[in-house]
Amino acid sequence: MTTTTPATQSPAEPSHGRRLFGIWLILALAADLIIWFVWKPHLPPGDLSDSARHQQLDIAVLAVSAAPVIIFVLLYFTYAIVVWRARPGDDSDGEPIYGNTKVQASWIIGTTIIVLWLFVFGTVELVGPAGAGAGEGPSPVWKLAGATSATWTPGGKTMLEVQVIGQQWTWTFRYPQFGGMESTELMLPVNTPVTFHVTSLDVIHSFWAYQLGVKADANPQVDNVAYTTARALGGVTVRCSELCGIWHGAMFNYGHVVTQAAFQSWANGVQSKEKTDGVLAALPPFALAYDPTVVPQLGAALPKIDGITGAAGYYYPPGDPVTP
Amino acid sequence: MALETHQELAEPAGSGPEIGGPGGVMRPWWLRPGVHLGVAAAVIGYLLGHWLGNFLSSDYARNALSDTNDVPVVLGYTFATIGWLAGLGVFNDPGRLLLGKPLLAEVRRGAAEDGLSKYFRYTLDHKVVGIQYLFGMIVYFLTGGLFAMAIRSELLSPSYHLLGPSQYLMVVGEHGTMMMMMMSSVILGPFGQYFGPLLIGSKRVAFPRIEALGFWLTPAAYVILLSAILFGGFPGGWTSYEPLATQAGPGQDAYYFAFGLMGISMILAGFNMIVTVINYRAPGMKWSRLPMFVWSMFTVSFLQVLAVPVLVGACYMGLLDRTFQTGFFVNQLGGSSFLYENLFWFFGHPEVYILALPGFGVISEVISVFCRKPLFGYRTAAAGMLGVGILSFLVWQHHLFDSGINPDMRPLFMLTTELISIPTGFIYLVAMGTFWKAKIRFSVPMLFALAFYFNFLIGGISGVFLSDVPADTTEHGSFFVMAHFHYTIMGGLIFAFMAGIYYWLPKMTGIKLNEKLGKLHFWTMFIFFNTTFLPLFALGMMGMPRRVFEYARNLETLNDWVSISAFCLGVSMLIFLFNFVMSMLFWREREVGNPWRSRSLEWQLSSPPPHENFKRVPVILSGPYDYGVPNALPVADLNPPLGIIGAAYPATTGVEG
Repeated sequence: MTTTTPATQSPAEPSHGRRLFGIWLILALAADLIIWFVWKPHLPPGDLSDSARHQQLDIAVLAVSAAPVIIFVLLYFTYAIVVWRARPGDDSDGEPIYGNTKVQASWIIGTTIIVLWLFVFGTVELVGPAGAGAGEGPSPVWKLAGATSATWTPGGKTMLEVQVIGQQWTWTFRYPQFGGMESTELMLPVNTPVTFHVTSLDVIHSFWAYQLGVKADANPQVDNVAYTTARALGGVTVRCSELCGIWHGAMFNYGHVVTQAAFQSWANGVQSKEKTDGVLAALPPFALAYDPTVVPQLGAALPKIDGITGAAGYYYPPGDPVTP
Repeated sequence: MALETHQELAEPAGSGPEIGGPGGVMRPWWLRPGVHLGVAAAVIGYLLGHWLGNFLSSDYARNALSDTNDVPVVLGYTFATIGWLAGLGVFNDPGRLLLGKPLLAEVRRGAAEDGLSKYFRYTLDHKVVGIQYLFGMIVYFLTGGLFAMAIRSELLSPSYHLLGPSQYLMVVGEHGTMMMMMMSSVILGPFGQYFGPLLIGSKRVAFPRIEALGFWLTPAAYVILLSAILFGGFPGGWTSYEPLATQAGPGQDAYYFAFGLMGISMILAGFNMIVTVINYRAPGMKWSRLPMFVWSMFTVSFLQVLAVPVLVGACYMGLLDRTFQTGFFVNQLGGSSFLYENLFWFFGHPEVYILALPGFGVISEVISVFCRKPLFGYRTAAAGMLGVGILSFLVWQHHLFDSGINPDMRPLFMLTTELISIPTGFIYLVAMGTFWKAKIRFSVPMLFALAFYFNFLIGGISGVFLSDVPADTTEHGSFFVMAHFHYTIMGGLIFAFMAGIYYWLPKMTGIKLNEKLGKLHFWTMFIFFNTTFLPLFALGMMGMPRRVFEYARNLETLNDWVSISAFCLGVSMLIFLFNFVMSMLFWREREVGNPWRSRSLEWQLSSPPPHENFKRVPVILSGPYDYGVPNALPVADLNPPLGIIGAAYPATTGVEG
């Protein structure tokens, strides 16, 4: 960083530049070591999945890159306030320095190097782990390796597909490889590549599986794909992170990462239960996006109220629901 | 701009249309256009528009089905705004010109009048407009702050509620929108309008009518935005994404209308500022002598003129969707909710820099004076502002990293977003160079300037965390983002605004604010600002989404800490308000000279400056920051001899323009 001393310096004065550089070096090194070795393992979002691990790494790398900059600026200003404050009774002006090409050039080069390094690192971290858990739109450019299949069995290399359906104000998870059964609990097998198909029935939501490090907006009529692979057993909290109406804050569901065998028995169990209950028959056939005004079982579209645009009435009449 | 060798002939009004005799009779105050007539006409206008709307649209089938109708509301707002402007007399001059009648002298003479009446009229004087903006923006800020207090009160507990869920969203939306509307004008309005012309040695702005219109749209936007409360507010926050906005009641119309009006005000102010800075610089005011504050105003004005029309367009389309059923943003009807997101952020990201750049400008002025040193790297500072301005148009999709829009372009937007930190870093380079071996004076404005650098550093660095797509996946839509932009806007812009108030208020009013209370205000605001917003980064990282009404139980302690800090921050604002009111109304400590020993042009005049700023157009002799230069020329000759400018001042031969 910019530690070059301006050339105009009276010999009687201490070398402010060297002094600053020394203090900065010690503080920056200490901060970076603490961040990397002490703080990093505890940084959010944890290491439950591949995408979460990569995000944790990114946050740590950003912190390690940023800490020296923050320390440099704060140290400099503190030093200036202490050393170069006007003493009482001193009414004189400072030395007129209009610029210093060396300082300015090294500053620009220094900041450019940091920025380009962060860009290259960020891009590698985005492309490598298949979008790093972020929503990649309907046709992802960076795909997670894994075979697609109409069924899923433990032990294979098959990808598990999970559809995430947002609606005011809950999440539903649909498993097309298990007959399109639905659950309000997000169950995932460990060490299995997972494809999330995120969509919404009404407004824009954002699917945020915090511990998995997955976030993808749920847009109506859009299939937004995100990938992850869970690496450990544990609980998952799913929240909505895009304002979606009055109970946005109460829109959360829970889930678990379980062993592959436990997942299969859970999924088969739910599937057969929903089959006997008639739930599967009542659900619309699996699709990547749904239009809530179309119910295929009725054979025709629901009558659309004139006013799907415009104020079609308060959405929550007459009073607000007391509980979500 | 040619050199004005005959300054007596260079009276700005001389080339304008004929004005009714200079001794034209003034009508009594209540017959002259003003706020009182504006309010009356607005009420009549609203009723008229509401009736017309019902008349036109009451038989729409959907209105009968849904029991609401947006047409009368929108027409009511439209007619009320027109009535408000008509009552203020905005249309008098253009109307008289159309009819070929001579203009009335009242509007012009009003500015020279003593007393407070001119502040409540459509007055064509940039100094009056500046003061009007100052009070207007403080009212906006305090109102928005009250909403923030309500939000923090609600978040004291994760499960016990002070507000209902829709009330809470109403408060969140009002807070965000009001603050965003106000922040875009909080420095450009008061200080830009007041000091822009003074700093470039001009007697006036280029388009005084446009300037005054820009201000008078802001009270209308304020009232209309607040009127959303009567309809139960709008649920979508300040971003108001579709299709949530489609579900909203008529409060959504207030959002679109008010934001659109404020957008028009921003465009007008920006347009006027650009033309003024290009054409109204005094002789000798080269681009290389332009004060940094004027550079910031100039850059911001370009952002406003180029980016804000997109917002106005989006608001207009939203209104059409709700009244004429156009369906721009409705997926089922061939529109797209993605379109709204893109339009909003195409405006929204330049807007963020519309908020940041004026702060850079004010702070650059302040540090040079109180370091008693020239600004380090003048060209770098100007280049930094221009660089930020240009790059700000190329980053908007970083708000939509997880949205599924254009995912393959994310590396590009990551790059542009990170690149923008290079010109922003110039502002720090300039500051640190200026502090090198300075003679720092810790006046209240300087304290706020130092706090600005502290806060904006945290805000800026957290912005780099957000620009990185993998890291952003955790941070997006959480309290982390919220903390980030409060650090840049509140911690940056508002601290710069406060620096500007303490620095310039003695110039604007001739009265200085109490310094002891000023220091108390500073320390409480600085400490409680940080204790309020620093923990929010942690809350976001721990999984608390924005705009929530209920949150995880384990985050309660931290939220309580933040809420209590926020109340203390509110108390700090009350200290400021107390100081402001007492100093202005009761203590009235006069400050007529140049208390900061500033070299800047505005401080060479009396406080407050005389009616037309300068008796004669000054000739600028040297740059504004030549502190510590032995035998430095004065910044300007305020009383240049007639007719011999070119010969007498060889230093001014390089006049550009």
